[in-house]
Amino acid sequence: MGAYYLRLALRALRNSPVLTALMVLALAVGIGASMTMLTVLHVLSGDPLPGRSAHLYYPQVDPLPLARNGDGDSRPPSLLTYIDAENLLHQGKAARAAVMYQGADVVQPPAGSVLHPIAVTSRLTGRDFFSMFEVPFRYGAPWSAADDAGAAHVAVISQSLDHKLFGGADSVGRMLNYGGHSFRIVGVLAHWRPVPRFYDLNSSRYGEVEDVFIPFNTARALNIGVNGTTNCFGQTTGNLDTSPCGYIQMWVQLDSAHAAAAYKRFLVDYSAQQHAAGRFQRKPNVRLDDLMQWLATNHVVPEDVRMQAWLALGFLLVCVVNTVGLLLAKFLRRSGEIGVRRALGASRRAIFAQLLIEAGMIGAAGALLGLLLTWLGLWLVRQQPSSYASLAHLQPAMLVATLLLALLASLVAGLLPAWRACLIAPALQLKSS
Amino acid sequence: MMTPRPILSSLRRHKIAAFLIVLEIALAFAIVSNAVYLVMGRLQRMDIRSGIDERDLVTLQISSAGKAGVPAAEADLAALRAIPGVQAAAAVNSLPFTDSSWNSGFAKTPDPNATPYPVTIYLGSRDLLPTLGVKILAGRGFSSDQYTDLTPATMLSSFFKPTQVIVSQAYAEQLWPGGNAVGKLLYVQKAQGQVVGVMSNIVRPQLSDSGTDPANFYAAILPFRVGPNLGASYVLRTAPAARERVLKAAVAKLQAMHPTQTVTKQATLSQMRRDYFRDDRSMAWLLVSTILALLGVTAIGIVGLASFWVQQRTRQIGVRRALGARRVDILRYFQTENFLLATVGIALGCAAAIGINVWLMAHYAVPRLPIVYLPIGAVALWLLGQLAVLGPALRAARVPPTTAMRAA
Repeated sequence: MGAYYLRLALRALRNSPVLTALMVLALAVGIGASMTMLTVLHVLSGDPLPGRSAHLYYPQVDPLPLARNGDGDSRPPSLLTYIDAENLLHQGKAARAAVMYQGADVVQPPAGSVLHPIAVTSRLTGRDFFSMFEVPFRYGAPWSAADDAGAAHVAVISQSLDHKLFGGADSVGRMLNYGGHSFRIVGVLAHWRPVPRFYDLNSSRYGEVEDVFIPFNTARALNIGVNGTTNCFGQTTGNLDTSPCGYIQMWVQLDSAHAAAAYKRFLVDYSAQQHAAGRFQRKPNVRLDDLMQWLATNHVVPEDVRMQAWLALGFLLVCVVNTVGLLLAKFLRRSGEIGVRRALGASRRAIFAQLLIEAGMIGAAGALLGLLLTWLGLWLVRQQPSSYASLAHLQPAMLVATLLLALLASLVAGLLPAWRACLIAPALQLKSS
Repeated sequence: MMTPRPILSSLRRHKIAAFLIVLEIALAFAIVSNAVYLVMGRLQRMDIRSGIDERDLVTLQISSAGKAGVPAAEADLAALRAIPGVQAAAAVNSLPFTDSSWNSGFAKTPDPNATPYPVTIYLGSRDLLPTLGVKILAGRGFSSDQYTDLTPATMLSSFFKPTQVIVSQAYAEQLWPGGNAVGKLLYVQKAQGQVVGVMSNIVRPQLSDSGTDPANFYAAILPFRVGPNLGASYVLRTAPAARERVLKAAVAKLQAMHPTQTVTKQATLSQMRRDYFRDDRSMAWLLVSTILALLGVTAIGIVGLASFWVQQRTRQIGVRRALGARRVDILRYFQTENFLLATVGIALGCAAAIGINVWLMAHYAVPRLPIVYLPIGAVALWLLGQLAVLGPALRAARVPPTTAMRAA
């Protein structure tokens, strides 16, 4: 019976090629537009470290003076001062912890090279950065705990910098001249590009990771400047590390809810102790967002992208309503044929099933064309100069979702017309034709 | 126009089809009016006046963290001024259409709990204002002896203690509405500064979502000179036609003067404006193409349903023609029918448009939809409906009276 319905549906579609083409096109455009936007939304709002993000936390304390910059936001500042960062790092009991900031300077090419100096950004952090965030290494390894403590002149470089400077060879043990200082290269990263670049939301949120990694203590000893937000809120001293200026991001790894609760208590105790000592003017005001909460708190997904996704869904709705209208017109035009089949004994169920199959076939065709349009749409998005544009690629999960959405949309669109058509009374139609 | 009564009674027999057309028009109206409004917002933002002579300006930046301070910058500027075609050159801490800005807040009283008014701080060498094309409207500019050189260390200690300030017109208006700002005092953490001049508006590097927000122009200049070690860039004034050549020469000159550094940014201000608004432009294009596609799909739907109607009522049309109805009467009939349906759709769409806008306002920083968009959208959809129904209606008008006999 199914094959018979399929043949009937095919014939019906062939009988009105223009109407069929219009329906397929309308459905495909709706699906293409919404899947393009949903894919972009999906890519941008994804989990940068699946499986680990729930154990990574961003501690915040509030050292601001009582008078504040008016916006009524009671969240503690997002950046830590040097004093608080050092205190939290050394007093806190986290499985792993790293403080960090971004720098920017010039890498001098090796002697005898024809290269120009290369402007790069750097991440000044501790060795736990690499293990906490599961950063992959191509050559070598992170620096040691002793390097961290002793402010050793060591560096990890990115794959792309290794490629520029050394042609992609194993450069572990070679020297790197960054900002006029010499560092011994201990490791070269494999390709790593978390999306979004969650660990520092002040600089490029969807950009590449830094090219040079240097121990935090080394960076402070060499007074490597901050390339990013510095937020000062009190009497400054002329020295960044003794001034009330936030410029440091901190991440801790807490492996259980229990550990997280304990760490939060530690932050409250620490704030109370600083308050008692007169360093903090405010009552303890702490936060400990996990990674995904931190992304949400910072509205990482551009609002434009969310609005585009809503718009696309609205557009899909219009396309589905449109398809309902066209299917209705198509089915009711065949009242005569349906009446004959009913008079010859076809049940309402059979008519209904056959018409739904027809709608489903339009859906399938719309899905295939919609997939093509999604692919085209994502290609168009990638041609845009937006910072996140290059990340918009079709993903297997979205591919399946596209097909399901198309089928669902067309079946939903087919329900009402099919139901309406199978109500056609057999006798009346016979009489009138 | 004919009386709607026979149309209404005919529509009553095609409830579902009529309902679908109304629904399509309502949805299209609701989505399109909001989308058009969003596009207009983008265009307005992209059109913002920077307050500087963009077309005459190029900028470049040299990497040199921790080293080249103000003296090096002055030497660079002297060399850059020697390039043929350069009319003026200055160093500046940040420029409009970049992602770097220095912000502070001044209070009107020394009370440490007084609310500070946020402001973007521009700093630079002495020629900064004439180079950018920013004018002093009241009071005066800084004299040469008032400038202090900012270093990474003094930045932290002295930057927050300005003695003299030049404020933008918009900022002056916010602090002292309708008053004269020159001579007034401003406070930052117990330090006090005096407003010596009011300058024409210059836009802040980071714009708010709305292009008409006066806060986009809250800016001040302090008498501090900055070098590339604090992220300063150079800005050169030249004739628009000479921009590319001047930029190239300037890059070559800086590269020759500093072999161990590299030029990290080189652009005309016009390029920077284009780049800065690239997301707005993408969004505007996307919205416009979605609007067009949506209107197209709606038109397809109306054509499809109207054709079906015409076909269904061929016999009825024939009877009317046989009873003396002219072709134009038949045409009018379908046009009036579509007009009635569109009107109902537009009325529903108005409510939905306002609903969507209220929802967008609650969840995104979208302003209230101005009421003028509703009549514009209504006219657009009436026209669309008339256009879409024209083909099927003309076909209906061509139905010969004899069909009345044959069809039976």
